[in-house]
Amino acid sequence: MARVVGLVAYHVFKESVRDKVLYNLVLFAVLLIGGSYLVGQLTAGQDIKIIKDLGLAASSLFGLFIAVFIGVGLVWKEVDRRSVYNLLVKPVRRHEFILGKFLGLALTLLVNIAVMAAALYAVLALMSWLRPEIGRAGGVEAPVLDPRLLKAFGLLYAQLLVVTSVALFFSTFAGPLMSAAFTFGLYVVGHFNEDLAHFEDVVQSPAAGWLGKALYYLLPNLAPFDVKLAAVHGREVPNLYCALTAGYGLLYIAAMLALAVVIFQRRDFK
Amino acid sequence: MLALETDRLTKDYAVGFWRRRPYRALDGLSLQVEAGEVFGLLGPNGAGKTTTLKLLMELIYPTSGRIAILGHPPGHPEVRRRAGFLPEAPYFYDYLTAEELLSYFAGLFGLRDGARRARVAALLDLVGIGGERRLALRKCSKGMLQRVGLAQALLNEPDLVFLDEPMSGLDPLGRRDVRAIVLGLRDRGCTVVFSSHILSDAEALCSRVGILVGGRLVAAGRLSDMLAFEVEGWELVMAGLDEAALGALGSRVRRATPLGGGRYAIELPPVDDPDCAVAGLRARGGRLVSLNPMRATLEDYFVRQVEARAGGPAAGRTVPER
Ligand SMILES: Nc1ncnc2c1ncn2[C@@H]1O[C@H](COP(=O)(O)OP(=O)(O)OP(=O)(O)O)[C@@H](O)[C@H]1O
Ligand SMILES: [Mg+2]
Repeated sequence: MARVVGLVAYHVFKESVRDKVLYNLVLFAVLLIGGSYLVGQLTAGQDIKIIKDLGLAASSLFGLFIAVFIGVGLVWKEVDRRSVYNLLVKPVRRHEFILGKFLGLALTLLVNIAVMAAALYAVLALMSWLRPEIGRAGGVEAPVLDPRLLKAFGLLYAQLLVVTSVALFFSTFAGPLMSAAFTFGLYVVGHFNEDLAHFEDVVQSPAAGWLGKALYYLLPNLAPFDVKLAAVHGREVPNLYCALTAGYGLLYIAAMLALAVVIFQRRDFK
Repeated sequence: MLALETDRLTKDYAVGFWRRRPYRALDGLSLQVEAGEVFGLLGPNGAGKTTTLKLLMELIYPTSGRIAILGHPPGHPEVRRRAGFLPEAPYFYDYLTAEELLSYFAGLFGLRDGARRARVAALLDLVGIGGERRLALRKCSKGMLQRVGLAQALLNEPDLVFLDEPMSGLDPLGRRDVRAIVLGLRDRGCTVVFSSHILSDAEALCSRVGILVGGRLVAAGRLSDMLAFEVEGWELVMAGLDEAALGALGSRVRRATPLGGGRYAIELPPVDDPDCAVAGLRARGGRLVSLNPMRATLEDYFVRQVEARAGGPAAGRTVPER
């Protein structure tokens, strides 16, 4: 089982490595992070914060692109092009196929996030080397090479995995356009999810309140994964908070993959 | 031992956008294939051949009916381990080469390192892919993809293979290669079930065939039985004859065609004993050039079977009201 899942995952990764579009995307993100150095030059005093801000935002945006655009094709493309016929008659169970696809994209995202994080740290290191004085100025609330940025990257990664599981879920039964639209929609809604929990406070009807509550549990809650602001301003993000948020993410991913398997299991490939 | 058995296998597809209604692509197929047999699944376009093979590989699920492959239900781990499948017009990943693809699939069967490389190389040689094995599959021609498809179906040295139109897209040399591969599989004791439109291939390879028309099995049996039933007479070619000699045979001659230089091609009806005719003609100075049974080809038989059903069950199959 592990070998089969591993092979499927490895080939998702291999495909992404050979994909020129992905390279361009990552290259662009790295350039953007590098470019934040120039923006930092323009705004005296705020440079470090702006660089961190832009770096994290760029990583988040490009990570999202990768998760959605590769994610919605993961299963759909194989079914549409019928390459799945060759795979699923081999000793590959359908749930192993789904799990392998997910883990493959998870690996791709991990490498990409790591590259973008490294690019951000490289720009920051360059800054503090070129102009040591700003390091001291801003260092009061957060050091230039703040290791706590890694927590923001870690939670960002967890968030992208949730998005990936959603994209993959849609791709087991819908075309890429529809899947991408739904996934982006859920991504946006997921950031305002917290409001749904308190929907009953704003509306009169109890039914609407219940609906809000139901949606709150059903839709992904993505806002807690976003600790960019805290990281930039050097505020502490407790480890427990990170662990709980990651745990929630894991549960949500497990539920999404389980649903994907249930749908995929009984599907006719025609 | 039966390698494959289906019992009243039926598949309905849902068609129509607004009003989904079932369309019966396969209707009560009951089939038995012995281990070691080469079985040909024949039928016109849309007969349900691909549907049948996909059901057997559990790529689609039956509406009703039962399947046993090597004594197991389809999709059973044992079936996955011991069976091979070549889909119709196979497609693979653009980003891999033939070699990488086979290596990937060999890994799924648990082959490792040296054994894996050796198996992959041997199969690529077998299906006649040389230097192109390092070429991205996106740049491969149709016939090459077909060969790669055949190679990947044989990676696990299967006991049973299902080939959906293995000859399609191949040049004459390729078809000859595939015929040789199928015969090699048979000699190894592997059961082969394949669908085809190319009846001469079926005739050359199969021990038994089944003919599907409009989702129904209209004929199944040994080729020799099907076609022996259809022996249509004898064709005799003799030299050194004249009109008078021919006349002596009288009404037994169905047709006599002069070939020039005193040679005649003579058609005798199937009931006749050709030895008798040959002896009679020899006595009048004729020399035997050749004597051949005139068999109906599988094609004649096939066309007759299909035409008999035209406008019958094939036309506008909808599922009967229950
Ligand atoms: N996904 C599908 N949805 C609806 N109808 C289908 C579907 N797949 C096949 N059919 C119908 O089922 C019938 C059998 O199709 P099938 O592909 O099994 O034929 P075939 O014998 O393989 O034909 P060919 O020789 O052209 O490959 C056809 O009438 C086809 O239109
Ligand atoms: Mg077909």
